[in-house]
Amino acid sequence: MGMTITEKILARAAGRSHVEPGENIWVNCDVLMTHDVCGPGTIGLFKQHFGPKARVWDPEKVVIIPDHYIFTADPRAHRNIEILREFVREQGIKYYYDPDFLHGDGMPTPYRDPRRTSYKGVCHIALPEEGHTRPGEVLFGTDSHTCTAGAFGEFATGIGNTDAAFVLGTGKLWLKVPPTMRFIFEGELPPWLMAKDLILAVIGEIGCDGATYKAMEFTGEGVFSLNMEERMTLCNMVIEAGGKNGVIEPDQRTLDYVNARNKSGKPYQVVRNDPDARFCYEKVFDVRRLEPLVAMPHSPDNRATVSEVKGLKLDRAYIGSCTGGKITDFRAAARILKGRHVRIDTFIVPATTEVEAQLHTEQIAGKSLYEIFVEAGARIGPASCAACLGGPIDTFGRLNEPLRCISATNRNFPGRMGHKDAQVFLASPLTVAASAVAGCIADPRDYL
Amino acid sequence: MLEVIRGPAYVLGDNIDTDQIIPAQYLIYNPAIPEEYRMLGKYALAGVPVAQAGLPQGYVPFHRSEDEFKASFPIIIAGRNFGCGSSREHAPIALNAAGVRVVVAEFFARIFYRNAVNGGYLIPFESVERLVEQIRTGDEVEIDVSHARLVNHSTGRTHALKPLGDIAPILAAGGLFAYARLAGLLPSAT
Repeated sequence: MGMTITEKILARAAGRSHVEPGENIWVNCDVLMTHDVCGPGTIGLFKQHFGPKARVWDPEKVVIIPDHYIFTADPRAHRNIEILREFVREQGIKYYYDPDFLHGDGMPTPYRDPRRTSYKGVCHIALPEEGHTRPGEVLFGTDSHTCTAGAFGEFATGIGNTDAAFVLGTGKLWLKVPPTMRFIFEGELPPWLMAKDLILAVIGEIGCDGATYKAMEFTGEGVFSLNMEERMTLCNMVIEAGGKNGVIEPDQRTLDYVNARNKSGKPYQVVRNDPDARFCYEKVFDVRRLEPLVAMPHSPDNRATVSEVKGLKLDRAYIGSCTGGKITDFRAAARILKGRHVRIDTFIVPATTEVEAQLHTEQIAGKSLYEIFVEAGARIGPASCAACLGGPIDTFGRLNEPLRCISATNRNFPGRMGHKDAQVFLASPLTVAASAVAGCIADPRDYL
Repeated sequence: MLEVIRGPAYVLGDNIDTDQIIPAQYLIYNPAIPEEYRMLGKYALAGVPVAQAGLPQGYVPFHRSEDEFKASFPIIIAGRNFGCGSSREHAPIALNAAGVRVVVAEFFARIFYRNAVNGGYLIPFESVERLVEQIRTGDEVEIDVSHARLVNHSTGRTHALKPLGDIAPILAAGGLFAYARLAGLLPSAT
């Protein structure tokens, strides 16, 4: 019987010729990623269970990317970075992206030049940028949006500290093989739609628990016409439907991206669906008939079309995070913000220092994206997870009051961006930019 | 694993995500440090909007006072998709530190469920029927673990729970590490 991409990757990682959905198996991990929020707890459990002198199973397969609480004066957040640094030194971890500007007390002064720092920013974007994502591999990360890397044709999923500590010591983890749901996007996207609209359509369709315990595969012309960053946005939000992993079959564009970045030169194996692979669900979307969407408060599946909620007053706009802070996202926002001025507080947070450097080099009609945003009246913060998940009170862009914010991020449950009575509306960077200009929910089609 | 757990229930609705269970501002605490593990208990469920806190009436604080590290509700009753959202293990840890022993939900989000089991923090039971409208916050509830049964002493009604299945031996061992040692997957002592 045929297997899906996810089943085939897991079978290989388990050293088996075949696995079935529902089976519990032990798999070998190719890359384990952790960050400053879950790393310290993971390291503590690793030492507790394997002993104070224990060594990680493979220091070249552990990737540590501080990204969450960097630009804060909180002393415990700084202490957590120190814990990571100490562990990296002690274990000889090869891939660590240090916030080298962070020393001692108070709010750290960010790097001056985003090209001259070892710091990267948001782990899910840093992983592919730094060549840690490869087709066919198994990636575990102590963050629910680890599923982003499924865009590269690998199995990538979020785990907790205990699981991560277990992997650190053994390189293995038990998993239940998920059945695969398949989402087929027919047609090419019109210029006012983005991958964010597609994934909001999916989550609105199946609900924020519609893929619990399942893999979600995206396919069709609409998907393969997307660049890698947009494919990452699709896979990034599968967790918002409860999905275990998202996956897209690799094509030439995937291989070009991976080969250009795969610094270690590690070989990999492209995995495709067997012709007789079985899917537990299939849904076809005609992207030519989709409209820009918004997920209304307080759940990512609370779908509305922009036309239905247009005009709803807002206090703030936010473009950033692993979901909406890539250069493709800012290119899209700049198409609307160029030569216009925002009516509400608008925050721009590049996911990584690489994206931030690109804000200065990418231009539209002779102006850099950075200049376009500054002239539009937006505030630009340093690369980090920032206010996507609220974070410490002094986090850039955090909703410290019960405001209404339209955001290119991923989650809008109560309190997600700070204040628990705040209202968060999730939308594409195009829709967020249009709404920033209008001061209310606005349709990007009116601004392009 | 305790065979019978008894105490007042705290009732919540659907989609109680990890930001409501432990808001992100408290993720500065490192659960590997016992003092900070306790702090997570103090802020457990701090993100639940007050009108939905302690159903059906709402506005029931989970902790009796702001300086309490532990709450007095060993059993949580919830609806669909409990623990959705982030992978933060701080979520089941916060509930454990606050004294929660069992969460009964219609079903759980995957990562929270794994974390609860693999860390051995609490027993995640799935209910056969929706209980959120049948149990009130403060009802005296008893969970019979081996028979997968919930008795509400305040109403006299018994509700079936789904058997724990695959996770029972992991919970019985006390979590993933203890289970792996028992199963011979890890050396028995460190």
